[in-house]
Amino acid sequence: MPGLAGYIDGIGLIGPGLRDWSSAKALLTGDAPYVEQAAQLPAADALPPAERRRVGRPVRLALAVGAQACLAAERDPASLPTVFTSSGADGDICHEVCRMLAGNDRQISPTRFHNSVHNAPAGYWSIATGAMLPSISICAFDGSFGAGLLEALVQVSATRDTVLLIAYDTRYPEPLRRVRPIVDAFGIALVLSQTPGRGALGRVEAELTHDAFDVIADPPLELLRAGYPAARALPMLIAVAGSRPSRNVLEYFDHLRLAVTTAPCR
Amino acid sequence: MNPLHLSHFTATTCLGRGLAPNVAALRDERSGLARCCFETVDLDTFVGEVAGVDDVILPAALADFDCRNNRLAALGLVQDDFIDRVAAARAQHGPERIGVFIGTSTSGILQTELAYRRRDPLTAALPNDFFYATTQNSFSVTEFVRRTLQLSGPAATVSSACSSSAKVFGSAARMVEAGLIDAAVVGGVDSLCLSTLYGFTSLQLTSTRPCRPFDRDRDGLSIAEAAAFFLMERLPDEPAASAIVLLGVGESSDAHHMSSPHPEGLGAKLAMEQALATAALTPDAIDYVNLHGTGTRSNDLAEGRAMLGLFGNATRCSSTKGAVGHTLGAAGGVEAVFCALALRHGFMPGGVNTRELDPALPLAYLLHDEARAPSRVLSNSFGFGGTNCSLALGRADAPNVAT
Repeated sequence: MPGLAGYIDGIGLIGPGLRDWSSAKALLTGDAPYVEQAAQLPAADALPPAERRRVGRPVRLALAVGAQACLAAERDPASLPTVFTSSGADGDICHEVCRMLAGNDRQISPTRFHNSVHNAPAGYWSIATGAMLPSISICAFDGSFGAGLLEALVQVSATRDTVLLIAYDTRYPEPLRRVRPIVDAFGIALVLSQTPGRGALGRVEAELTHDAFDVIADPPLELLRAGYPAARALPMLIAVAGSRPSRNVLEYFDHLRLAVTTAPCR
Repeated sequence: MNPLHLSHFTATTCLGRGLAPNVAALRDERSGLARCCFETVDLDTFVGEVAGVDDVILPAALADFDCRNNRLAALGLVQDDFIDRVAAARAQHGPERIGVFIGTSTSGILQTELAYRRRDPLTAALPNDFFYATTQNSFSVTEFVRRTLQLSGPAATVSSACSSSAKVFGSAARMVEAGLIDAAVVGGVDSLCLSTLYGFTSLQLTSTRPCRPFDRDRDGLSIAEAAAFFLMERLPDEPAASAIVLLGVGESSDAHHMSSPHPEGLGAKLAMEQALATAALTPDAIDYVNLHGTGTRSNDLAEGRAMLGLFGNATRCSSTKGAVGHTLGAAGGVEAVFCALALRHGFMPGGVNTRELDPALPLAYLLHDEARAPSRVLSNSFGFGGTNCSLALGRADAPNVAT
């Protein structure tokens, strides 16, 4: 299999204890201590007020990390095709809809219904940015980041110049949390391009492998990696943060993993 | 893009299991829609329910996957020798060189809806026999198909509402093109559940009659379920004349509204233009367009305007949703199968249930089947979030296709 390669032109990152890429870099390299704090999801300011009030956590998270990555890459969001990947749709809405449908009053709210779709963040992203380019929304359960990275790199190398990958996962409330223990939110966005942008952070090349996947030595970061499908990207991000060449194996499927070779640009 | 061979396919809809009853019903201009008596649903609407889904028993090794959506997938996979054809491809290419990309909008959510009725009265806990990962999660159906077909290559569920199983063709084609895989199983599976029936009703988008796409008096859609699968491979050097070929994939976003299409059909038009561009075709090369045509006022108006803008009033078109209803995340796959059947059997399906065309949309809309053989067709699928996808399919013997 030929390697699939692309340059990382910008990174967006929000998670428990992680506010954005530039402030997270030091703690990913071990130069600053990880301080536990709930993920801060900003309001979806890019949306018109009526929509802004109605959107849930996945939309706020996806829009925020996507905007961070575009800003870092100095790219107009409307100019980028998008790949959205998540292990699930909006858990809060899922709970509310199932709760109502199990009761006597099944009149679910129309807004809640259309926001329940897996591709709601993609829809709101295009409304917020005016992007009319192709967008795909995928899911591969715990392998969702790997599936998204593959889809994005395939697009970069086979068809398109630059692609925005947005991987995100948000909490499930009880009683779903017991069967799907995602407790907070974690999102990563990468602007991936065929030719490096001015501030390119590194080059990544991915291939399929059967090698064992990496775990992170630092316990709090390993908790994040294992706790959120989108955070399966962390071994790769740690390598990019450290600006050193590295080969990391990311979780994807049971016997199939993704080996990602990173090389710094400068 | 390089044309790809859709070497085998099958569909199971409310018209029947496998290709034979589906093509027979299309040629008889029959609808499979019936008054909704699904589960405990008390809505005045029609649905396209697949008979016998409840009777399907999954293999013991896949028991954790048991839910309506995977039962429907299992029923669909055993039709038309699909499993054997994939086994032959597996032997040829190897299990890791065949991808699986399935579209679904709601996956096994019905299982969760039912589990919520059985929450523990004291702790509110879900019952112990509820398995989230293998039923409700959107990836469940793709993993179920992988395990049933013993495939272990790259895989993903595409879940972009009602464009899901059209977009899987694009994802798989790109991976073949990139050399990551040699073949792919693509398709769509969506099954009846309370969420979509009550949800579309809350948006006032369901009709109280069988849906009548593009009719002057159309007043909504009919929810349905289906499973459709294709085996996609590289085009052989000398394909059979009647071989079905994926020629192009067009995708776009409306950037307009979550549940209403762009009023002028701008996104729809972009997707069709892109499908033509990737296939290196001009609009006059298309003989028939299978419309998204849900039967709602706004969808058909927007799509009709996009059609008029791109094709004028000459290109024949119809929606087959009057026959099978709106199968949501499976619609792209089902309608690609219908297009493949039209190409293989040499006819263009008429729009069942539609009586009087909307005078605002002067299209060459087929009210009845036409016994003219198309060479190249488009299939449209649009969804919530303003997601649009259009597929270009053709016969290998159409001029300039297999060269």
